[in-house]
Amino acid sequence: MKSFTYERPTSPAQAAAAVSANPNAKFIAGGTNLLDLMKLQIETPTHLVDVNGLGLDGIEATPEGGLRVGALVRNTDLAADARVRKDYAVLSRALLAGASGQLRNKATTAGNLLQRTRCPYFYDTAQACNKRQPGSGCSALDGVSRQLAVIGASEACIATHPGDMAVAMRVLDATVETVDGRGTERKIPISEFHRLPGERPEVDTTLKPGELITAVTLPKPLGGAHIYRKVRDRASYAYALVSVAAVVQPDGSGRAAFGGVAHKPWRVEAAEGEMARGAKAVTAQVFAGAKPTHDNAYKLKLAERTLGAALTEARA
Amino acid sequence: MVSVGASAVAAALPGAVGAAPAANDAPVLAKVTFTVNGEKRDLELDTRTSLLDAAREHLHLTGSKKGCDHGQCGACTMIVDGRRINACLTLAVMHQGAQITTIEGLGQPENLHPMQAAFIKHDGYQCGYCTPGQICSGVAVLDEIKAGIPSHVTADLNAPMQVTDAEIRERMSGNICRCGAYSNIVEAMTDVADQNKARRPA
Repeated sequence: MKSFTYERPTSPAQAAAAVSANPNAKFIAGGTNLLDLMKLQIETPTHLVDVNGLGLDGIEATPEGGLRVGALVRNTDLAADARVRKDYAVLSRALLAGASGQLRNKATTAGNLLQRTRCPYFYDTAQACNKRQPGSGCSALDGVSRQLAVIGASEACIATHPGDMAVAMRVLDATVETVDGRGTERKIPISEFHRLPGERPEVDTTLKPGELITAVTLPKPLGGAHIYRKVRDRASYAYALVSVAAVVQPDGSGRAAFGGVAHKPWRVEAAEGEMARGAKAVTAQVFAGAKPTHDNAYKLKLAERTLGAALTEARA
Repeated sequence: MVSVGASAVAAALPGAVGAAPAANDAPVLAKVTFTVNGEKRDLELDTRTSLLDAAREHLHLTGSKKGCDHGQCGACTMIVDGRRINACLTLAVMHQGAQITTIEGLGQPENLHPMQAAFIKHDGYQCGYCTPGQICSGVAVLDEIKAGIPSHVTADLNAPMQVTDAEIRERMSGNICRCGAYSNIVEAMTDVADQNKARRPA
């Protein structure tokens, strides 16, 4: 690990100003992803700004009838919150499907949104990777791509967003609240938060340098059945090959977002009119234009079947 | 009083620790104070030092083990402010004021924690390398179930949690045992959960 200086600011704006002022600075919250990457020298910040003491760890009701989740709320606490369990169960289920108990105790809401891909070529510093080292090429294109993206990828990058929580946030239409180095606050719809790789795969999100997430807001509850189905190589503590976050109403209408298939949680609202007709009708539209590799074409059938299983579970 | 309190906080939690620039990858030192197994410890550490390395290399508490050093195996599991975490994936300097329990703080050979005694009784280990992490995790898992924290296999998110084999296996998935003592670990944890239940008033 490269050496770094360390700072504990006392306000979110102060933290954002500290990172804005130094291009080699990074925020650290739970640290479960960042420190892993620093040990491998994939991330090499020379200054860390610890945001754990900023008081961003509460969950409060909003005037609109939703919930405002502080950026530093731990994954365990968000999954276990009585209001989340009752009204946003798809979010609890997604969180509990991710990582291990030890990691969920440390990992935060904002950090979970910002976790980096687990593409094996991103992790292997002996391989070319445009996300890790822009312009070096993409070893995954001709490599082992079984776990990688089937849609929304580019010639520069076929990595996926690895998380579960963000898929549930996407189906719930969450909003990401931030503050920048000048103290300016803004709200980013979750649909616009994660980017597609395009020509700039090294940029995962639409956050500006030094912009700090302060909260994630959930709109008022949707009702219906909340399902999170995750298919993985082992029963626990593994990333999704494909996952589905679905909210299904008694009349069969609803919403669905997919994880493990793209550089961001993948949701096509226009396809949701087909929910009552079943999984095949929905996924035909959701994955129109998919360009799977030889290794990961199975994900298209798997996505259809996983949504099918989710719809069956919702009717049960 | 307010100003005294504020300055005390400022002294304990300086805005910038190790603020000198890290030129040429030179080590940056920072001070941190936390309580380990009931004893207050003051350390001055390279900012890169993980909580695990602080315990093992600086405090000579070598019960917690370094397996993967990447949060994948659970051998380093400690209980920090009542929660189990991977001590390898957190910086010591991030734990100013924390209450830390390692395997040495749970029990000693002459005064075993019930979970340690149950691991011996049920053969919950073979080589023993993962065992300190398994035991710290096992103690915390029973607390999590008691506190009503759900898991991936909890059927009803809004009903009281039960200690079942499925719950234990899912919640312990962050602790790997290459010897494969898993079934005996489940038996040990179930035994302790039954002892706790018998001790609690109905």
